[in-house]
Amino acid sequence: MSLILIVSIVIALAVIGYVLGVQRAVSSADGDQRILHSLKGYYGQNVALTVLVPSLLVLAIWAIAQPLLIDQSVSGLLNLEDSRAQSLAMADVRRVAEGLDTAIAQGALTSDAAANMDAETTDVRDLLGDIGVAVGSDVTPETLNAAQRYRGLSNTGSWARGFVVLAIALAGFAFALSRITKDFRARNIVERGVLVLLIAAASVAVLTTIGIVLSLIFNTINFLQAYPAADFFFGTRWEPSFSGRGGSSELGFLPLIWGTMFISIISLIVAVPLGLFSAIYLSEYASPRVRSIAKPMLEILAGIPTIVYGLFALLTVGPLLVSAFGQGGFFGVDWMSGGTAAMTAGLVMGIMLIPFVSSLSDDIINAVPQAMRDGSYGLGATQSETIRQVIIPAALPGIVGAILLAASRAIGETMIVVLGAGAAASLSLNPFEAMTTVTAKIVSQLTGDGEFNSPETMVAFALGMTLFVITLCLNVFALYIVRKYREQYD
Amino acid sequence: MTDYKISAKGVQVYYGDTHAIKDVDVDIEDKTVTAFIGPSGCGKSTFLRTLNRMNDTIDICRVQGDIRIDGEDIYDSAVDPVQLRAKVGMVFQKPNPFPKSIYDNVAYGPKIHGLARNKAELDEIVESSLRKAALWTEAKDRLNAPGTGLSGGQQQRLCIARAIATAPEVLLMDEPCSALDPIATAQVEELIDELRQSFSVVIVTHSMQQAARVSQKTAFFHLGNLVEYGETDKIFTNPEDPRTESYISGRIG
Ligand SMILES: Nc1ncnc2c1ncn2[C@@H]1O[C@H](COP(=O)(O)OP(=O)(O)OP(=O)(O)O)[C@@H](O)[C@H]1O
Ligand SMILES: [Mg+2]
Repeated sequence: MSLILIVSIVIALAVIGYVLGVQRAVSSADGDQRILHSLKGYYGQNVALTVLVPSLLVLAIWAIAQPLLIDQSVSGLLNLEDSRAQSLAMADVRRVAEGLDTAIAQGALTSDAAANMDAETTDVRDLLGDIGVAVGSDVTPETLNAAQRYRGLSNTGSWARGFVVLAIALAGFAFALSRITKDFRARNIVERGVLVLLIAAASVAVLTTIGIVLSLIFNTINFLQAYPAADFFFGTRWEPSFSGRGGSSELGFLPLIWGTMFISIISLIVAVPLGLFSAIYLSEYASPRVRSIAKPMLEILAGIPTIVYGLFALLTVGPLLVSAFGQGGFFGVDWMSGGTAAMTAGLVMGIMLIPFVSSLSDDIINAVPQAMRDGSYGLGATQSETIRQVIIPAALPGIVGAILLAASRAIGETMIVVLGAGAAASLSLNPFEAMTTVTAKIVSQLTGDGEFNSPETMVAFALGMTLFVITLCLNVFALYIVRKYREQYD
Repeated sequence: MTDYKISAKGVQVYYGDTHAIKDVDVDIEDKTVTAFIGPSGCGKSTFLRTLNRMNDTIDICRVQGDIRIDGEDIYDSAVDPVQLRAKVGMVFQKPNPFPKSIYDNVAYGPKIHGLARNKAELDEIVESSLRKAALWTEAKDRLNAPGTGLSGGQQQRLCIARAIATAPEVLLMDEPCSALDPIATAQVEELIDELRQSFSVVIVTHSMQQAARVSQKTAFFHLGNLVEYGETDKIFTNPEDPRTESYISGRIG
């Protein structure tokens, strides 16, 4: 039974249940709605929720559990020792099974023929190729056998699924309807049902976060078993080798975090003053007309995808900087040899962060009460004295928060660095030299064809974990500052 | 005409289309306390704010008419509102201390106007202002605590201290005692009386007793009009306008 069919039947049941629930409630009160415990709609909602929630929950669990169980039982048939070979073979099995399904759907095979097909007598690969399903290698009897078994189990599974889910929905339907009397506290139960739904929604986000963090942690531990921790955290050289001969990779973390910090600091030096000044201009000086034009413009800047900034860095800013600081350039110095440099990426990232800083700070400055400004003007302070001595101090916790948020973004930014800063991991002090960051290296470690269990690829998890810890500390620090300041002046 | 500290003629104030002050003429004498009374929403605060151009900060507010302080038209384009406000101080209806320490709140005005040559002089100004505002005994041990941490009435006295620390010539006080207990009120009234020796004070109040106690002149506002203006004694004992009479005897408001 297909998923759509099951879901539509359940929803239809819920709708019918709602209508019947309302009718039953009204008739249980002999048509006098005032003596019902709850509004009549609640009785209907109660029936609908009792139909929907348990059955859809079972459906969701089933959808996760069935493939796992089938995989386990089918892969027993293949009898392979190595877990990698096993997973490759299972991929083939799934593909063949899918191919057989397509063949039946197109009428090229009857389902009996598919179930009884024999790899010794039929060229399954050819047959599937004819209907547009490409299989990587010839289909062995074991694979075909497993695929047939896979299909069989899936079929039984989906029938059982339909049966169980509908049974639960019907049971809920009957149970909820039978409980309706005029004193039944439908409103309280619906309230609790709504609470459960909200908790479920919140836990999806929380559980996903926990899952991501756990997977980062376990993979980092795996990596650190394959590669010495001291060499990773204190190594000054980043020279991964993809040849797979082993032992020749140097995966030192320091040059990457150096690049990350260097570029982030350049970008903050650009973004914080410009963003803050434009926020002050917009909120304190600009006329409403200017503000209504300039603020959306700044927000458009925030909406530009970072890859576009990356292109801008690569094609415009880099060459411009070379023509100023390169050999024979405007300043007559030879500091810069190529367009990709920490400076290029830092400048462009700074421009990207301006609207971020300014729009947050603008909101915060606007939130400073007008009475505070009046108090200062009333004492004969000028506008800039008022801003410097009253408004900025009052808005400071929020502004610090905005800056730290911008710093988190700078540290996590990837595309601009990939295109603007180059790929050489170096511990240089020269901002006009190519440099790279943690994020850019995560990308390059995973876009090769390295096997996904060598230290060269697993290092991505360790890098991601470290980055995560750094941004987490930054955010905690931001919260701490904001809270400390609040205590003082609220 | 130059005998008067402030002289306003034909003042009109609009908030957008709302006509908040209608053709008001008032002459305020030097070294006098003038009380503005009237029902809520009649425009007392609005008129007070025209006297130091605080209405400039409200976009939709328009002021017309002629207001002179010491004979100088304060709405003239040559006048610097910043200087004007240093001369005409203001205590607002709602206490609005800055998010700074008590000391810095009071020192704010003297610092921006360069009234103290050194730290000792500044300390001196802060102490005497806090004493005059009847806050010194409560605040002397916590001068570095934030001003926003004081109680509402203490904050109001802090704002009074802040305003007199700048040594204004005219002090505009918008309901300075609305959040104060009787003892602090008495102290502030004493302060007002003392200030009268050197400046003129304009005070908005909802308390008839207070107006009678502290002021020499009283102006009664009603729906944006100045209904009656004259000697406080006369207004309270023998008002000319029937509206004034019913207001003071508690029949409108
Ligand atoms: N910022 C403003 N924008 C628009 N209208 C305003 C503004 N401030 C005051 N008004 C209007 O002007 C009129 C006079 O207000 P004002 O604050 O001067 O009254 P008030 O006499 O001080 O009252 P209260 O005794 O309650 O303080 C009111 O009708 C008010 O709605
Ligand atoms: Mg008022």
